[in-house]
Amino acid sequence: MRRLFWITTLLFVLAGLTTATVIAQGSTPTDDEVNAIAKDLFCPVCENTPLDVCPTDACKEWREEIRTMLADGKTEVEIKQHFVDYYGARVLAEPPRTGFNWLAYVVPPIVIVAGIFVLFRAFRAWSQPSGTDTASEGEAGMDEEDALSSSDDEYIARMEEELKKRN
Amino acid sequence: MTEEQTNPTPAPKRGVRTSTQIIIWVILMVLLVLVGLGLKKAQNPIIRVGSEVPDFELIMFDGYSYQSASKINISDLRGKVVVINFWASWCKPCEQEAAELEEAWRFYEGSDDVVFLGIAWTDTPNNAKEYLNRFDITYPNGPDLGSRISSIFNRNLGVPETYFIDRNGVLQYVKIGPFTSIGEIQASVDPLIAGTITAEE
Repeated sequence: MRRLFWITTLLFVLAGLTTATVIAQGSTPTDDEVNAIAKDLFCPVCENTPLDVCPTDACKEWREEIRTMLADGKTEVEIKQHFVDYYGARVLAEPPRTGFNWLAYVVPPIVIVAGIFVLFRAFRAWSQPSGTDTASEGEAGMDEEDALSSSDDEYIARMEEELKKRN
Repeated sequence: MTEEQTNPTPAPKRGVRTSTQIIIWVILMVLLVLVGLGLKKAQNPIIRVGSEVPDFELIMFDGYSYQSASKINISDLRGKVVVINFWASWCKPCEQEAAELEEAWRFYEGSDDVVFLGIAWTDTPNNAKEYLNRFDITYPNGPDLGSRISSIFNRNLGVPETYFIDRNGVLQYVKIGPFTSIGEIQASVDPLIAGTITAEE
C-alpha cells in the first residue's frame, strides 16, 4: 500500500513537470523578451531606428517574427543569424568583423589615440615659456639663451670701447 | 670678431622624425583610400538605366517555379524582356498594383517573350506567402535573400519599384510607385518586346 502511494506520487510529479514544460514552450514571449533582441536589429526600411522602437508595419512584422521564433524555442543567436541570412548583415546594429567593416572598429581608436597624442604635445608646448618649445627642448633652449646673452655682453663691451675712444 | 660669435647658430629643434612622418602620411592615405572605396561600394544605385544588369539568383518561394526550376538566374533570361517587381506584404501601394501585375503576366505568359519576377523585400516569409495567396499571384516570386538583389538595383529601395530589362539584359526603365492600370504596364513592356529602346527613368 505504501509502495503504491509512492508510485502514484511520482507519477503525479512527472505529469506535473511535463505539463509545465509544455506550457512554458507554448507560452507567448513578452514584449520585453522580443525587444531585448529587436534592439540589436535595424530593418532596411527605417535604417536609423532600432527595431524595438520602430513604428512601421514592416518592423511590427519583424518583431512578430522574433516572437514566433522565441516561442519555437530559438535562441537569440539563432534568431539574429536567421535575420542576417534572410535580410543581410546590414540589419545588425554592430557590423560583423569582416572586410571593410573592420574600419569601423579600427579607425576610431587610432584617431582617438592620435588626437590625444597631438593634444598632449600641443598643451606641453603651450605651457613652456616663450623662447623654448618643449621641455625636451629645454636644454637646447637654455644654450640658445646663453649664446644670446654672451653676444649682448660683447656688443655692450664694444660699445663702451668705442665711446672711450671718442672721449 | 667672427660672424659666428655674433650670430650663434640656434640649437636644432627636436621634431617628429622624417620616417615617422612618412609612416603617418602613408597610414592616412591608406585610410582615405579605404574610406573612398567603401563610399564607392555604397554608391546608390549600382546600376543605372542603360547599363547591363549584373547576374543574380532568385530562389523562389515554395510552390513557385520557372520552367520547372525553383531558382532562376537573370543571365538565363537573355533574349526575353524581364520585369522585376519589388514588393512587400506590409506595403499598401503594392496591393494597389498586385492585380494589374498578375493580369499583365497572364497576358504575356503565353508569348514566351516576357518574364515577370516578383521579389519580396524586407518581408517575413509567412506574410509574403499569405500576400501571394491573397492576390493569387502566379508569376515567379521569391525573397530578396540577404538584400542581395535590391542592393544591385537600389540600396535605398522603397516599394513598389519595378525594373524593366530588355532582351540584352540592359535596364531600360524604372517605375517608382504603383501601376494604376494594366495599360501602363503594357506601355512599358511592348516597346521592349518590339526592340524599340526607350531608356528613361
